[in-house]
Amino acid sequence: MMRILSGDSPKSALLAVLLVAILLSLAFAPFLFPGSRSLETAARICIFIVLVASYDLLLGYGGIVSFAHTMFFGMGAYGLAIATDRIGTSYGALILGALAGTAVAGVVALLTALLSLRVRAIFFAMITLAIASAVAVLVSQLSGFTGGEDGMNIRIPRELTPAFRLFDAEVLGQRINGKVVNYYLVFAGSLILFLTMLRIVNSPFGRVLLAIRENAFRAEAIGYRVVYYRALATCLSAMIAALAGALFAIWLRYVGPATTLGMEIMMDILLIVVIGGMGTMYGAVVGTTIFVLAQNYLKSLMGGLSEATAGLPLIPDLLNPDRWLLWLGVLFILSVYFFPTGIVGRLRGTR
Amino acid sequence: MSQPSLVTRDLTVRFGGHVAVDHVSCAFTPGELTAIVGPNGAGKTTYFNLISGQIRASEGRVELMGQDITRLAPSARTEAGLGRAFQLTNLFPRLTVLENVRLVVQARERRGFNLWTMAMGHRDLIAEAEAVLERVRLTAQRDQTVSALSHGDQRKLEVAAMIALKPRVFMFDEPTAGMSVEEAPVILDLIAGIKADPAATVLLVEHKMDVIRSLADRIIVLHNGALVADGPPAEVMASAVVQEAYLGKELTDV
Repeated sequence: MMRILSGDSPKSALLAVLLVAILLSLAFAPFLFPGSRSLETAARICIFIVLVASYDLLLGYGGIVSFAHTMFFGMGAYGLAIATDRIGTSYGALILGALAGTAVAGVVALLTALLSLRVRAIFFAMITLAIASAVAVLVSQLSGFTGGEDGMNIRIPRELTPAFRLFDAEVLGQRINGKVVNYYLVFAGSLILFLTMLRIVNSPFGRVLLAIRENAFRAEAIGYRVVYYRALATCLSAMIAALAGALFAIWLRYVGPATTLGMEIMMDILLIVVIGGMGTMYGAVVGTTIFVLAQNYLKSLMGGLSEATAGLPLIPDLLNPDRWLLWLGVLFILSVYFFPTGIVGRLRGTR
Repeated sequence: MSQPSLVTRDLTVRFGGHVAVDHVSCAFTPGELTAIVGPNGAGKTTYFNLISGQIRASEGRVELMGQDITRLAPSARTEAGLGRAFQLTNLFPRLTVLENVRLVVQARERRGFNLWTMAMGHRDLIAEAEAVLERVRLTAQRDQTVSALSHGDQRKLEVAAMIALKPRVFMFDEPTAGMSVEEAPVILDLIAGIKADPAATVLLVEHKMDVIRSLADRIIVLHNGALVADGPPAEVMASAVVQEAYLGKELTDV
């Protein structure tokens, strides 16, 4: 067990329970929470855990602020979309597209890192913002290649679509259609990627990243070439984000600027990392689950509450579903105020 | 006399019009502890920074074991055999005492780019770090975070990191600064222990004359960035130029 977790124990009974509950819920989501909307939510949680954890690798471990993380996410998704568009629908095209997008993300990350990380961390943040904006403009302009603002529909193999039946019998009252198969592809992919990252942050390399975050000057003085470590962290993080993007594209069967490249997603990632707890990896799991659930169900919850309090003054208005973003904001401020080290940091009792 | 391990030739740095280190040429040999003295602002720490690479030289060369290291990054100089302890405590404050030393051993063994093994699985690195902690008597504080340590223990840990690095040339910049009278001898004993190794070259920036008397084989004096005296302690302390530049007042105090 500890080998799978790379020796990184949750160090808190409550956190361990939470993690097991999330893992089991996601593993059996198609049976526990039937319905397309909840499956959609579960898949989104899986993919965002990977995306947020890969950002945590960069920010929480490497101490590097980047605004280009959604760009790398998008590269994986677009790589897959363009490959299936050009080559046709096949598993080979899916794999090739995902790998090509990942390779491009890795190269772009390496170049950005080597050009700007030498100078200063803040400079890197600015450069990533500029590059991400440029790529977003490029994607919407090159509509012949990327579908522009409309994005691209992706035709994936039939076995992964709702029209496909794995077998006729029902399992636990559920028909195993292609959507469920697709979900398990997403789930398994996300799990492997997450465990890979957990392994990386607990390796000698991960320890060096922590050292650099703590005191880059000192890390350099004891013999670690800081710029190379930061560059490798940037590359790994970008490539894992791209793989998450490819999974997302397979799941949605669509890719567009708003679903992958948008600044809003970048902001979501930043918020989740902070809420979950930076530099913990598990923070990505807990943070993403809470955040995505809130995003998807806060509205309905508030609708219910609003109706239930219909007789009272003011309160129904405050709880109007249209105000859900306000309440999400309040939740965020409260969580940062009460858990400055994030949920995981709080559960582990570190200040 | 053995070959010098560290040589600076006409080493110079200018900040605008100000010459902070002015054509300093000096050779340091293994088995020798050299104290670098001079008034505040004489360029002692800047000279150290030029040697260890935190500042790039405007002119001149630094050679370590015969290799020109003038253009190398600090990390590459460390790999080449240079060890530097800083004047202001410079550690990883939120990591544990053990981890601070373990990271140094890991750097020396060049295992930092190992991505697929567990850091704690490298038992040999941990064992070595523990041995060094034992030597500086910090074993009891092994699992504390550095920020929870006393100032004296933090300075001890810096010396421990230097020992773990096993460099050819040790550079200490006021290792006992800010330490109490009771704590300072522990550090000095550790430095004396390092000096006992005939292969070790030790450079020490220090203000306290009693420390210099007990440890130094040789003193060099910097004044306004220039090397003004170089020789055995008794000789240098007696010289007129040094009395005038710096030592006069201090010597009567001691």
